[in-house]
Amino acid sequence: MKFPYSFPLTRAFSLYMGQASLLAWEAFTSILAGRIRWRLVLRQIVEIGFGSQAVVIVTGIFTGAVFTAQIFFQFNALNMSTAVGPVVSVALFRELGPVLTGLMVAGRVGAAMSAEIGTMKVTEQIDALRALAVNPIDYLVVPRAVAMMISMPLLVGECIFFALSASYFVATRILNVNSVFFLHHMESYTHGKDMVMALTKGFVFAVIVAIVGCQQGLSTRNGAVGVGRSTTDAVVISSLTILMVNFFLTMALNIVFPAGQARY
Amino acid sequence: MNPTEGNLIEVRGLRQTFGGQEILRGVDLDIPRGKTLVLLGQSGGGKSVFLRHLIGLLKPIAGSIRVEGEEIAGLDERELEPVRRKIGMLFQDGALFDSMTVFENISFPLRERGLRDETEIRRKVREALELVALSGQESKMPANLSGGMRKRAALARVIISEPSCILYDEPTAGLDPIVSDTINRLIRRLQSHLHVTSIVVTHDMISTNHIADRVALLRSGRIHFEGTLGELHGSPDPVIRDFIDGRSHEID
Repeated sequence: MKFPYSFPLTRAFSLYMGQASLLAWEAFTSILAGRIRWRLVLRQIVEIGFGSQAVVIVTGIFTGAVFTAQIFFQFNALNMSTAVGPVVSVALFRELGPVLTGLMVAGRVGAAMSAEIGTMKVTEQIDALRALAVNPIDYLVVPRAVAMMISMPLLVGECIFFALSASYFVATRILNVNSVFFLHHMESYTHGKDMVMALTKGFVFAVIVAIVGCQQGLSTRNGAVGVGRSTTDAVVISSLTILMVNFFLTMALNIVFPAGQARY
Repeated sequence: MNPTEGNLIEVRGLRQTFGGQEILRGVDLDIPRGKTLVLLGQSGGGKSVFLRHLIGLLKPIAGSIRVEGEEIAGLDERELEPVRRKIGMLFQDGALFDSMTVFENISFPLRERGLRDETEIRRKVREALELVALSGQESKMPANLSGGMRKRAALARVIISEPSCILYDEPTAGLDPIVSDTINRLIRRLQSHLHVTSIVVTHDMISTNHIADRVALLRSGRIHFEGTLGELHGSPDPVIRDFIDGRSHEID
């Protein structure tokens, strides 16, 4: 079958998807086989999870604040200012929290993974690992993937918590929304399933950032220029993949966890 | 089996291409157990590529590689691990892990093979560092070492796990004559005391004269010559003479 492969872009995309899928499969089978180096996982959690907190908190605070202000400006004209709370809350849990955290972590962690593994590749350190009978998937990819899967849902939760706190502050202290109504409506319209959706998305985005970052690093060629290219590609590919997968994930998860009604 | 009898590695019809260019065109070579074989050849002639096949870092497009009688050409990464525990490799620039100290680098193979006794690990690392004349450098990062020190630290990382065979990729390239001599003596000592089989890829004739039991010359992707050091020096073959005497035939 020649047709789709005659386009260079189609061929490059097929090749990339093949490599990424193979890497994901090898990492998955290693995890299932229990080849998890917990000491390395803990080190990665510190670097990925702990080290990303400042970025995620600042993102959460200012996203919550500005989103609250914009919703208030629109809703206040319709005398619906107390509806700001639920709109902000549901949007943060279902979309903004996981997507923005995913994008920020893709920028910070995906780039670092790709640069570190890519540098190891071009300086023969990956070959040295293999020559020492150490599987690079087990040693480099699995700890990063497991650390991401543990850290990302927690970072999403942290982002949403700070975003909601900022939203409450902006709405009630700056825009003079009644705090009792704000909290009551927010609590009424926000469900456990919204939180499950946020954490599920966080988990899926963690897998995307880890696999794309590691795959780009492991396929690095051509020295320092290649490391730079891999790093850029890791951020671009993981960010775009997160945005695209998010749409399909939203549609699928909405069947399992349909957007809810208020609990009065 | 006697540690100096028979062939440790047997290569037949090994072929490899990169980007359409044929680098190895059917290499046949036996690597005798317990001896030092030096593989000579021009830069870019495929010597390092050949070496990488012997430990499964590259897969040939055709041919056979037998290590202690076991065919390794078709093995996957996990199946290759037992072979790689028997064969160590010194990379051209050392390939030390730059996120680890010298001590962590050298102790890495021991920890990976399950040794947990810290006293034993420290003792073995100290011995390995003494052997390569790098005592007292344990806490340094690879970035703070000179080229020669990096190479010696990498050699300590190879020998600490006591492999029966060591592959050296240009072990003396870029080193001053004194450090080169240290490495040459070490290769000799490992062979004479521990019967380690060594395969040394180089174009350094001084080094070759010092360490080789047997010599092979790789030319145009094939083994052009294979024999003892005496046979190499006694050969009337103009290709070998040019290589030994360092003569090119380009017009001045």
